This record gives sequence, structure tokens and C-alpha cells, in this order.
Amino acid sequence: MSAATAVQSDPMLTTAARVASVVKETHDTFTLTMEPANGKPLHRFQPGQFSMLYVLGVGELPISISGDPERRENLVYTVRSVGNVTLQLVTRQPGDFVGIRGPFGTSWPLKAARGKDVLIVAGGIGLAPLRPAIYHVLRHRGDYGRLMVLYGARSPRDLLFKKELNAWSYVPDTQILNTVDYGGVSWRGYVGVVTTLFKYVRLHPSQTVAMICGPEIMMRYVVRELETRGVPDERIYLSMERNMKCAVGFCGHCQMGPYFVCKDGPVFSYPQMRPWMDKYEL
Amino acid sequence: METANIRELIENHPFLQGLAPKYYDKLAALASKVRFHPDQLIFREGDESSFFYLLLSGKVALEVPAPGKTFRIQTIGEGEELGWSSLWSPVKKQYQARCVAAADALAFDGAQLLRECEADPTFGYELMRRLVRTVAERLQATRFQLLDIFKPVGAKML
Repeated sequence: MSAATAVQSDPMLTTAARVASVVKETHDTFTLTMEPANGKPLHRFQPGQFSMLYVLGVGELPISISGDPERRENLVYTVRSVGNVTLQLVTRQPGDFVGIRGPFGTSWPLKAARGKDVLIVAGGIGLAPLRPAIYHVLRHRGDYGRLMVLYGARSPRDLLFKKELNAWSYVPDTQILNTVDYGGVSWRGYVGVVTTLFKYVRLHPSQTVAMICGPEIMMRYVVRELETRGVPDERIYLSMERNMKCAVGFCGHCQMGPYFVCKDGPVFSYPQMRPWMDKYEL
Repeated sequence: METANIRELIENHPFLQGLAPKYYDKLAALASKVRFHPDQLIFREGDESSFFYLLLSGKVALEVPAPGKTFRIQTIGEGEELGWSSLWSPVKKQYQARCVAAADALAFDGAQLLRECEADPTFGYELMRRLVRTVAERLQATRFQLLDIFKPVGAKML
């Protein structure tokens, strides 16, 4: 992963942005596109980074950037409404203001993955921080080997970016597999946890870089599957989630062992995280 | 000619990889090719277990029918096996299997396969070892599924 880039001069200073659009992705998840409010371009980001979004008078929280890193005119966030601040975020209307700090944190190892197969494993809203990496690989298709995306969600109605997933599946050397934990009889796709999809991909362990984001339990199971299949630990990357407040390593809310997830992460290599992932009461 | 083709399919099927060549011959003599069409019910819960299948392509869903609703609990596809309860005798099918995407498979008569296992314990051990691995993988996947990791925050346990 790469070090944080393009952080504004005062990382605690919020910049005003205007909501350009709000798109309903699922029953509880929305994608917000933000554009500059004062004519100054928004900060560029690296795939995997996050911003602190502030709803005026309500609160601030970390949200991964889910848009195309090469579209510089706006910043895109996919938000699942699970609490007060996220509810207020997803009910913003075009033209409303939102405060942005960042982008912060480390990014997916897209330089290191050049020339290799890229395996993306996502669960639920975890597809959002991986989508910029997918955009990057698709834009620079010749720089990478095969692209495999394994995506699991709770039910068919919880699958994000369905149209894009379908469109990506037609790109040469790209394999997109979705599964749901619970499917009705009208669902024609796979039913089962995301690790069951490994049977349908042909991994070349020595030339694969894996990028994983989802609930921590899911990531543990996925890492076990990758280890069984011989993917070296140092080529497995995870995006971790903790309660981030300051986003710059001051407050310590997101500490995980010797790391601050906001500053040293959220993208970590598996060897960095291995001692801490199974730790009881960390 | 058909048996030769079936032998090749058996030899290349992930479930049977690593078997001694003589066992591929034995299995080829017992197998027949079948095709399932979308929405075809392959077997129902409670049916007498008869056939064990190795899937070559397509997708099959395992379901539990209940009054007014059918629960789809798992799908299996190319390179996997279906109907392993036919290798316990006597037993009835535990789930309902429905073809979701047109599927080709190799079908084995479960009772006959079981007789071959008993007649040649080395063959039987090799087959059962693979079966245990499959059952263990499905058990692990089911336990993982039970964790319901994508459950909305604050939702009650099912």
C-alpha cells in the first residue's frame, strides 16, 4: 500500500462541498456525488482512501471513497444508512452542503500489483472502497493480468452496483462472481458465503495479489482460503475498519495494536494485521 | 467411445483428482451422463436416495420447501458433487435440488457405488475421504453463513 497523498494543508480543516446527486443503490445504501462548493477542485485520492464527511450540526464520520480516481471533478461516496449521521448524509438533497476532510489513509497496492492477477474479495458495503481499485485496473487493463471479483452480500436486494458488476463481467480476462447468504427461488445466482466462490476461479497463487474488504470475520475466512490455496501472505491486503475520529493519528480511537487504522491504514498487508486479527478483546 | 469420454471427464473432475488410474476405469463403467434443465427438480426432500452426481457444468440449488415459501440455502456448480446422502444406505434425501442453470453431470447409482466401496476398501476409503472433505467444507460454509455477518446493525438475531 502507499502512504497517504494529497491531504490538505490543515487536516483538521473542513472544506465545504456541494451534493451533486444522491443515487439509491439498495434499500439502505446510497451513493453521493460531491462537487466543489467554492470553485476550488476537490482533493485527488488514491483507491482505498477515505474522507471524513461532516453533516453540519449533526456529526462527522469516515466514509470510503467509491468513485473513479481519474474523474477529478467530483468525489463519490457510497454510504449505508445505519445510524443518525449516515441517515442524515443519505437524505441530503442535491445542492446541500457537506463538509469534507481528507482524503486520508493508505491505498490499495495497485503499483505492486502491476503485471499480476488481481483478486478482489468484497463483502457487503466492502465493495465500495474496492470499486476505485477496480476502475483503475479496468482503465489500465494492459498493466494487469486477470481481474477476479468475488462479491458476497446478505441477499439479492443488498447487492451493490449490480449494473456495473454485470458490465464488468464482459471485459476480457475479467471474472465477476456474486453470491448471497440468503436467496429466494427467483434468484438465479449463487447462494452461499463468499468463500464458496473460490471453487469457481482458477488462482495462480504465485502471481496473484489479493485485496479484501468486508466484515472482519469474513476477511479472516477469506485469508484462510487464500493461505490454503498458496497465495503468499505478503500479497494479501485488507482494509480494516475501526472507530476513526480525528483521521490523522492524534486521538487514538482507531488504534489496533501498534497501528492507527486512520493513518497507518485502512489498507494493511496481511503480515501487518496477522498478530492482531485473532486477538481476543483487542 | 462414450465410456472413454466419461473416463476423461471423471479423471478431470476435481472431486476425483489423484485417484489411482484403475479406479477411474471402475468409475467410468458405473457412470452415465445426464443433463438437467433450468427449474427441473432433480430430487425432492424425502426421496429415496439413489443417485450421486458429479457436476460438470451449470448450477444447482439446494432448497428446503416450507409451507408458502421455499428456502434456497446453497448453490453448487461445476466441479462439485451432489447427492452424497445416496452413499449412506438406507437414507432419504435431506434437501430438494433444483437446477438453476442448465447443468451436465455424471450420475452414479449410489447403492452400486457403495457396493464397490465395500468390495474394495482402498477404493472406498479414497472415495469417503473426498466425501468427508466435501461435507466438512459445506459444514464450515454453513457455520459461516449462520454468523449472518451482513445483518443490519441493531437487528435481532434470527
